[in-house]
Formats: sequence, C-alpha cells, structure tokens
Amino acid sequence: MLLIHCPYCDETLPELEFTYAGEAHIARPANPSEASDEDWEKFLFIRTNARGPHFERWRHIHGCGRFFNALRDTVSDKFLATYRAGAPRPDLDSVKKAAE
Amino acid sequence: MTIDTLTPGVIAQTSAATVSLLPLLARFSLRVGETERAALAKAIGLDLPLKTGARAKAGGVEVLCLGPDEWVLITDDAPRLRDACAGIQRQAPHSLVEISDRELSFLIEGPKAAELLTLGCPRNIDRIADGEGRRTVFDGATVILWRDGANRFRFDVSRSFAPHIVALLETGCAELGAEYSD
Ligand SMILES: [Zn+2]
Repeated sequence: MLLIHCPYCDETLPELEFTYAGEAHIARPANPSEASDEDWEKFLFIRTNARGPHFERWRHIHGCGRFFNALRDTVSDKFLATYRAGAPRPDLDSVKKAAE
Repeated sequence: MTIDTLTPGVIAQTSAATVSLLPLLARFSLRVGETERAALAKAIGLDLPLKTGARAKAGGVEVLCLGPDEWVLITDDAPRLRDACAGIQRQAPHSLVEISDRELSFLIEGPKAAELLTLGCPRNIDRIADGEGRRTVFDGATVILWRDGANRFRFDVSRSFAPHIVALLETGCAELGAEYSD
C-alpha cells in the first residue's frame, strides 16, 4: 500500500484514507465566455498524461478533508513530494535530488 | 445485523474486547476560520486545539480537531453551547451544526481493543496517542476514533454504516477471543 504524507495533518498515512483528484495546477480561464472553443476544450479535457513525475491533486477524504497537491512518479508510483493547495509548484530537480 | 439504537449496552463481548453502544449524546460540528477562532474559543469556554487529532475538555464540552478549520464538539448542555455561539455570530461568523443523530457512538475496550480496530482501519493505531482522536476510515466508512486509553476507544459511526461496522466488530471480537483464550 502507498503511504502518503498529508501536508495539513503532517502525518504519513495509508493510501486508503485518500482519493485522487486529477492533474494539479489547471487554471480555469478567468472569463470562460471569452475563451475560444479550443482553449475551453484544453481546460476541460486535455491533460499531460505524464510518464514519470506528475503534478496531481489528492484529497485526504477520510481525514482532515483537505485537497492538496502531490508530485508522484507515474512509473514507480513513488510520491516525491506533497504540498498545500495554493502553494507554488516545487522545483522538479531539487525535489528529485532530495528524494535520492 | 440490527442495532437497537435506543438501548445502550453491550453488543459483543469476548476475552479479547467488549463493544458496547453508548447512550445518545449532543454532538456539534464547528467550522470557523483563523480570524474568528479566538472569539469562538472564548464563547465556548475552551481553547480549540489546532493540530489534527488533538483534543481538549472543559466545562462539560469535549472537542476534537478534525482538520485545519473543523472541530467536533460533544456537550452535556447543548442549549448553552448553541446560545453562546449564536450570541457572537455577527462579530465572528462561523458554522455550528448539530449532528447528534448523524452517528452512533460505541465503546471498544479490552486487552485486544486496538488490534480489533486494525481489522478495518489501515492506520497504525499505536500512532494515535492516549487522549487524542482522528477521523479515519474503517472498512470503507468514515469514522471518528477517540483514544481514551491504551485499551479503550470511543468510535463514532454514521448510522447507515453502523450495522455493517458492528457486524465486523462482532466477528472480530469472536475471532480474537478464540485466539486469546489459548
Ligand atoms: Zn489530512
């Protein structure tokens, strides 16, 4: 079972307490009626589908209830970092170095 | 299984653990932001603990921190708590919702109480210290666990999940009891 660190509870807990919530850092267009069909399609449907490190949202649903962001390697399934919602994307190289 | 929710008492008992239904109690959910928190704590009459899982108790009110802005409160004087919070609603906006009937509370105690919980709870129960609590999961259902001692827990379960959870605890009690008597 995966162990995930919740940045709000500051505890590393079993995956069963969490739920996946899609790719992170997808910003909704500020004015949807001005967005072109292509941009709207991109916002709604087009995702990175990364092979390797992936920025994604998780929710500590059976715990504090908070959404947060994580950097997970989709090949090894290893969590490289988790951080609070609203915090900037961590630098990939320094996270990788720290994980080694 | 069916639970007679109006009659507190022992539901399952073996040498390993005893599971009993606790009497109905007044329970509230409190959501309040950082800036209004101090005013709420003053009105309720106890400091709201800030770390997930931390508890406090004073003046007939017991509180458990569930998350950054969420607490569950148990009180023996619901009207007083309601009035105290309503009195400061304008100065310190918050949400206080009575959820007494949402869950049933059980007492789990005995030499194998913690092990019984591992049947459905993927957490390391030993990482929850005496006098703390957590919202967690038990065989798919969200539950609130209060650890009152090494071998003593309170366990709040949503009514709709209670028959399933209790049936599992009953089986676990029998199984651990059979192991334990050897
Ligand atoms: Zn959490």
